[in-house]
Amino acid sequence: MTSSRATKIDRLASVAARGPEFEVGPDGQGSPNGHDAGVSLAVSAWRRLRRNPVFIVGAVMIGLFVLLAVLAPFIAPHDPALRLLEDQVSRANNEIPPPQDGYPLGGDQYGRDLFSRMLLGSQQTLLVAALATVIGLGGGLVLGTLAGAFGGWVDSVVMRIVDVLLSIPSLLLAVSIGALFAEQSQFTVILAVAIVQIPIFARLLRGTMLSVRESDHVLAAKALGVKRRAIVFRHILPNSLGPVIVQSTLVLAIAVLDAAALSFLGLGAADDSTPEWGQMLGNAQDFFDSQPHLAFWPAGCIIVVALGFTLVGESMREALDPRQRR
Amino acid sequence: MLQLALVVVVLSVLIFGWLRLLPGGPVSALLGDRGTAESRAELTDALGLNDPIFVQYFAFLGRAITGDFGTSTGVSPGKPAMELFLERFPATIELSIAAILIALIGAIPLGYLAARRRGGWLDNAGVVGSMIGISIPIFFLAFLLKYILSIKLGWLPTGGRQSADIEATRVTGFFVLDGLLTREWDAAWDALEHLLLPALALASIPFAVIFRITRASVLDVMDEDYVRTARSKGLTRRIIRDRHILRNAMLPVVTTVGLQTGALLSGAVLTETVFSWQGVGQALAIGFERKDYPVLQVVIIAAAMAYVLVNLLVDLSYAVIDPRIRTAQKVS
Repeated sequence: MTSSRATKIDRLASVAARGPEFEVGPDGQGSPNGHDAGVSLAVSAWRRLRRNPVFIVGAVMIGLFVLLAVLAPFIAPHDPALRLLEDQVSRANNEIPPPQDGYPLGGDQYGRDLFSRMLLGSQQTLLVAALATVIGLGGGLVLGTLAGAFGGWVDSVVMRIVDVLLSIPSLLLAVSIGALFAEQSQFTVILAVAIVQIPIFARLLRGTMLSVRESDHVLAAKALGVKRRAIVFRHILPNSLGPVIVQSTLVLAIAVLDAAALSFLGLGAADDSTPEWGQMLGNAQDFFDSQPHLAFWPAGCIIVVALGFTLVGESMREALDPRQRR
Repeated sequence: MLQLALVVVVLSVLIFGWLRLLPGGPVSALLGDRGTAESRAELTDALGLNDPIFVQYFAFLGRAITGDFGTSTGVSPGKPAMELFLERFPATIELSIAAILIALIGAIPLGYLAARRRGGWLDNAGVVGSMIGISIPIFFLAFLLKYILSIKLGWLPTGGRQSADIEATRVTGFFVLDGLLTREWDAAWDALEHLLLPALALASIPFAVIFRITRASVLDVMDEDYVRTARSKGLTRRIIRDRHILRNAMLPVVTTVGLQTGALLSGAVLTETVFSWQGVGQALAIGFERKDYPVLQVVIIAAAMAYVLVNLLVDLSYAVIDPRIRTAQKVS
């Protein structure tokens, strides 16, 4: 026990030597329990994150976005599906309702209240981002764990499929998947965006698992005769999740952008009575030359949200990876 | 090469399966909305859809290898899909090369300067700017550029590859290059003007990514012992920069450029649509709208092959850039 503690302290010291920011516990000693050491990486990462202005700005952006999604039904002045200002729409003259009393942003191309649609759009956008990420992450976890845990021919087969999926440019793949459905809905958009992310997650997880598999604590567990299932799920997998979590934060941003791109290409949800920012932006393309504000509002919101997730993801990556910490 | 062959084989299975999974199956895919019950039955028989599935697959493979993917039904009805693809492909290559050139020429020096003055205003602005760059929907950026520079200010053309009033001789299908080769300077200049905005829009994401990689990579290399040694030997800053830092920092950048090909092809679908650029990306977007599956198959297979090929070339170029890899190959 003593010797293992000594090597652990050595290792901590060597890690500490890499950068003055790296924090060793107040007593200057590592815990003999491997579990605590794992937590302390998370804790030290969190300490670095808390001081990082990039992270704070990103977190505030996301916080406001989620708050908006929660509060939207209570503050939206009108029903987003009702064509309240339809009489002011003129297809022939390319006219849409201007801002007026009770309608601070005016109406959209069907005479629906743009302000309410913007507010409520946050809900669907959040839903699309979250669901697409969760499905992509779930699929990637299953495939990546299979490849990373079994190795051998399972690994080869899974990784070849992943390679092929990754060799198709992401948008082309998403659009091909979207085209498989006879009718496009919000769900098919989510599915198309999510499936594209599965191989990315799978490859990332498998790579990390392979390197963790070679580490000392796994060797120790093997030597102790721990069952393979326990090694995979309690020793390898939990220690491989860092990069995957970072990636999911970035995917939240990608999902919003991809959903908008699908809508732009005409593969968005056919029914737009429930507003979603990406869909609003995609559908605004026909009016861009005459009514650019129809695109500016959803585009602005999408950029802020995507930037928020990107800032948080990138700062988390920096905090978790000592090599990139600069 | 093995990788490429594997990708093509698995891809062919995927595309074959994809056609069968499509709503209505391959008959609807080929006939579009014009099919009558009679023509459908005829085509089902002609396509051999009553044969066992693996016979069908090899028939499909045989046709695909000879470049026969059927005739376009929507993008340009009646034209063989392969011919349509070959006609449009140079346009996409021209656009992608212009975009990656803009990204490389702009992002590598900026990334280097940002790394040299870590924490300075250029560094901070660059890092934040690159994050904003990847957060802007690319087709929105394209619209924005078009709206401001073409529609409002009228400085640049709004779309297409060449003004209608210019009669240019076609040699290679790359319009700028054609103008230079035939010494039709006005045609070359006109093509360049048309190229600028779509290329800028398409360059946004590779620009941001290459900037970040260059910066991170230069930061890594700057801390290396051999850079310190070079400094203590009293070498000039310029030699240290060119031979010691930049050359060693370029390896990750080259890898990234290869990986960005995929992003370029994805982005090309969006930018080409906004600027009515007659490339394969636009064909793909129209193809999806009009359910032109023969065209879609060719474009998807070709895009995947182009991506794998570019990355193969990138792998091969490592040996040129990094002498260590050359030696390692000789030893083994």
